[in-house]
Amino acid sequence: MSIGHTLLGLLESGPRHGYDLKRAFDEHFGQDRPLHYGQVYSTMSRLLKNGLVEVDGVEAGAGPERKRYAITDAGITDVAQWLARPEKPEPYLQSTLYTKVVLALLTDRDAAELLDTQRAEHLRLMRGLTERKRTGDLADQLICDHALFHLEADLRWLELTAARLDKLAEAVGG
Amino acid sequence: MTPEGSLLAAEALCKAYGPTPALDGADFSIHPGEVVAVLGPSGSGKSTLLHCLAGIVRPDSGTVRYGPHALTDLSDAQRSALRRTDFGFVFQFGQLVPELTCLENVALPLRLNGTKRKEAERRAHDWLAQLEVEGVGKQRPGEISGGQGQRVAVARALATTPRVIFADEPTGALDSLNGERVLTLLTNAARDTNAAVVLVTHEARVAAYSDREIVVRDGRVKDMAGRI
Repeated sequence: MSIGHTLLGLLESGPRHGYDLKRAFDEHFGQDRPLHYGQVYSTMSRLLKNGLVEVDGVEAGAGPERKRYAITDAGITDVAQWLARPEKPEPYLQSTLYTKVVLALLTDRDAAELLDTQRAEHLRLMRGLTERKRTGDLADQLICDHALFHLEADLRWLELTAARLDKLAEAVGG
Repeated sequence: MTPEGSLLAAEALCKAYGPTPALDGADFSIHPGEVVAVLGPSGSGKSTLLHCLAGIVRPDSGTVRYGPHALTDLSDAQRSALRRTDFGFVFQFGQLVPELTCLENVALPLRLNGTKRKEAERRAHDWLAQLEVEGVGKQRPGEISGGQGQRVAVARALATTPRVIFADEPTGALDSLNGERVLTLLTNAARDTNAAVVLVTHEARVAAYSDREIVVRDGRVKDMAGRI
């Protein structure tokens, strides 16, 4: 995920302090991985340097100064371009798994066992996500669904590979 | 897999159709309130295992125990009676009687067990409501959607409060949203009534509704519980 673009997008509804940005980010996107304050401030420094945000005001208090950030026209254009640009489909796990399966075959280890173990691990994660969907709100459900569909794709690949292990063994052995 | 305390357990099941072995020494057990997914490629023996566990098919060798009963020693009539009273079934297609209304379909297993019509229909209505399809009670299966039909089928499977529910690809013909709702309702209802569910599927998203999975391959069962 592009944290910079996400924070920029959150600023479109109006200027915010770094703390507010972190809270908004965590509320919408940070279920699994809340943002560290350090990430917020380093990202905002970069955006400021690139002219995508500007300092809208500074509040002096007992602690460090609190800057309020506002998005610039260039920032709005940047967010729009990011949203319009499709994401590169990632090959996710299968390259690692493929390597493991081939190595298992090359070293006379049990590749089917490796695939079974991976399936069990995937299902363990899918059970957790399914349970979270059961008790979560719509946002939770959509986030979990995305993860579930990707895990399911991995599992379909695992099944297909399991069914083709003999052929694969011939291919990599020969 | 420990059969101790299990509700339904099978040991060393073998079943062949002609020269083709479908099960080749399969073991299985399930506890009350547990949902077990049965996974495996097409032709691996998943459905044959389900049919043997449910007493629909008699294995060539091996035993199936259901509580105090050795299912494999019972006569056809005794197994049929047990299926009516203690087991519920949900399949992918064609399980509702097209000539009956949905309410009558759900009431049917209760009527076959001797429940009076009024009481059977009252309970059937309650189950339709629990499956969120109380509005289709007067309609016939041909007049409702696939998703509604599958909910009616689940209501019918649950109507006798069975101790074991056998579900063979129960959402195979449904879209994602309907399929998930049916699975949620089925597994919630089963857990509420402490029923065991044997869930045959080839879909990981369906298996994710289970407590554990087994994998059937070449007629043998691999229990993955030790890994997770």
